[in-house]
Amino acid sequence: MKVQDSEERNNLGTVISGSLTRGVEVKLDASVSVEDMVVGRYVAIEGEKHRFFGMITDVSLETVDPRAMITPPDISDPFIAQVITGTTTYGKLRVLPMLTIGGDAASILEGPQPAKTVPVHFSAVKLASQRDVEMVFGAEDERRFYVGTPLDMETKVCLNISEFVKRSNGVFGKSGTGKTFLTRLLLVGMLQKGLAASLVFDMHSEYGWEGKTEKGYKVKGLKQLFPSKVAIFTLDEESSRRRKVSTDVVVKIGYDEIEPEDIELLRQTLNLTEASIQAVYQLAREFGDRKWLGAVLNLDDDDSKQLISRLNIHDSTYRNLRRGLENLKRFSFLVSRAPDNSVRRILEYLDRGINVILEFGRFDDFTAYILVANLLSRRIYAKYRENAEREMGGEVSPAHPLVITIEEAHRFLNPEVSARTIFGRIAREMRKYNVTLLVIDQRPSGIDGEVMSQLGTKITCLLDDERDIDSVLTGTAGKNELKSVLSKLETKQQALIFGHAVPMPVVIKTREYGTAESYKELGFLEAAELKKKTEKDIEDLWTS
Amino acid sequence: MDTGNKVAEVIEASSAEFTAQCYRLDQSPPLGSLVKTQDSLGEIYGVVYNAETHSLDPVRRVIARGENLESEKDIFRANPQLTRLLSTDFKVMVVGHAQGKSLYHYLPPKPVSIHSFVYTCSLEEVRTFTRSLDFLSLLVDVRLPMLVDEVIAACIRYASQAHSDSQAFLVKAGKELAFLLSSDTRRLNSLLKRLK
Repeated sequence: MKVQDSEERNNLGTVISGSLTRGVEVKLDASVSVEDMVVGRYVAIEGEKHRFFGMITDVSLETVDPRAMITPPDISDPFIAQVITGTTTYGKLRVLPMLTIGGDAASILEGPQPAKTVPVHFSAVKLASQRDVEMVFGAEDERRFYVGTPLDMETKVCLNISEFVKRSNGVFGKSGTGKTFLTRLLLVGMLQKGLAASLVFDMHSEYGWEGKTEKGYKVKGLKQLFPSKVAIFTLDEESSRRRKVSTDVVVKIGYDEIEPEDIELLRQTLNLTEASIQAVYQLAREFGDRKWLGAVLNLDDDDSKQLISRLNIHDSTYRNLRRGLENLKRFSFLVSRAPDNSVRRILEYLDRGINVILEFGRFDDFTAYILVANLLSRRIYAKYRENAEREMGGEVSPAHPLVITIEEAHRFLNPEVSARTIFGRIAREMRKYNVTLLVIDQRPSGIDGEVMSQLGTKITCLLDDERDIDSVLTGTAGKNELKSVLSKLETKQQALIFGHAVPMPVVIKTREYGTAESYKELGFLEAAELKKKTEKDIEDLWTS
Repeated sequence: MDTGNKVAEVIEASSAEFTAQCYRLDQSPPLGSLVKTQDSLGEIYGVVYNAETHSLDPVRRVIARGENLESEKDIFRANPQLTRLLSTDFKVMVVGHAQGKSLYHYLPPKPVSIHSFVYTCSLEEVRTFTRSLDFLSLLVDVRLPMLVDEVIAACIRYASQAHSDSQAFLVKAGKELAFLLSSDTRRLNSLLKRLK
């Protein structure tokens, strides 16, 4: 990266036209090469009364005389090329002004405000300085977490975690663009700032103990970095043992915990018909909500026949249902009666501010994932709701906010099922009950538009499907401009963040994660250091 | 380059241009060079654009005389009257003037006085005058009986020698021309090729 030491060097050009909605057009100075300008980069515009802060959303080539395009000048001659650049032919930027910073003392105290106007003609445009970026995004503190750096800059872009956890958020991006790394970083941020407890439904067991990069080397998971603040729950003890992961709790779910609604959500994955779902409700009425599944799975052929003729269920429907339910039997975490109440255990940990990561081990298919995530979340949510209501009554203190992380979110939040899953409700009702979502998905277009519009902060890596891009940007100011930025992100380590937790959309190069140094920066202490610290803590305890 | 010699005398003057007659035959300043005259208000600067040598008497044509002579010099040696009967004139386009210490790159209020002496400019003067290239707009728009682009190119090439970084000066002048000729790329292209 070039060091931008002088003001002169930062000069890009002048504003020549534009509008607030489409952004202003900037004619590049001859000394600036078009090729150095990239979309997503920040610029500052010195208006007459305000300083504007904006993002480059498009770069174009222009010429003053259309004939120059038909009979191009002889640019093989360096002299002619040098003369022509910036005069006959010139580069043009489209800059979307996003924030204004007033010139007087009061406005400086107020901080950056959303731009409601554009700079005057021929205002000077400069590359945003490190100081500008710091002023906009703030420095890292007890609420702000450093997530990355703007393009070609060393300044830290910080996410306001306290705002972040107040609403449901989304992490999107094509497969292999770094969603998992980004999510791990966000989880670390929430954990480090201690502003919310996390419950992660870790489908591929990559957040808790150890993950892998695409190149194949291992990176530490949350438990390794913060052993005292993270608990690993597992559905598959054997897999955890094979991976040498020290788990805290093995989760078992009893048949009696599965309700007809849970089966309804599994309709697609279990290949059930609409009639079968109706039959589930009938059976639940017959046997009772808590006993039906165990009872149905234990029925032999004769009993079944009697039952379906009594309940007037069609034979093929019943067979379809049985076949589907038999699928559940292969999940060893499902037992007829669970020895321990998993929900209560999870809540115990969460209450103590300990983050819970639920590993799925070998059960990394959608049936298990949807079933467990939905079942547990529903009941955890109910507890939080109860707690929130009691809090309104003044009985208890407010619960520690909870962020539930789910992967493959479109399975829970697609328009067909989002009204029925608990996640749909959490996303809509937001923070009323102190529970929010962090949804991770590679096909945001599959998610219900209503849910998407409720997401507070969206962090998106590269997306190239038109529908996905549209759905992520729905309702965002400057949508068309951000579109070009989004589709031009690099496939690795780059993300566009916009929404509640940042003052303006920002393209970042994601913070390093995976090196010893990065762990240290995130607060990880090596064993020797940890020992030293513990000894010191004990000493302090005795002396005080 | 000359450093400010008296070379000619104004014999015809108008607001935008003047004609000067050289004191010595064939000793016109180069095409496109900067010359100056002095009047009561200050200096008036101009760019040389058309030099010609002709017979003083319009009815008597010059005839060839050297058929039996060795060299061209022998012609003048054998006909010493020739230097008196022939004269070299050149035309100058006025491009600016100075009053006191201020330089103006536009036409002076009055034309140059007849019989004013015409001097070549020193390198220092050329450098000072061409620090601003505003005078190029006067040249670009003028209509001349000859190819004006040749004069402009010659002028810029000549001025570039007075600047320490002549290449940078050429680029700066080229950009000024590109701006002035923004609607005529063809003319700009041919002009730029002549700047080298």
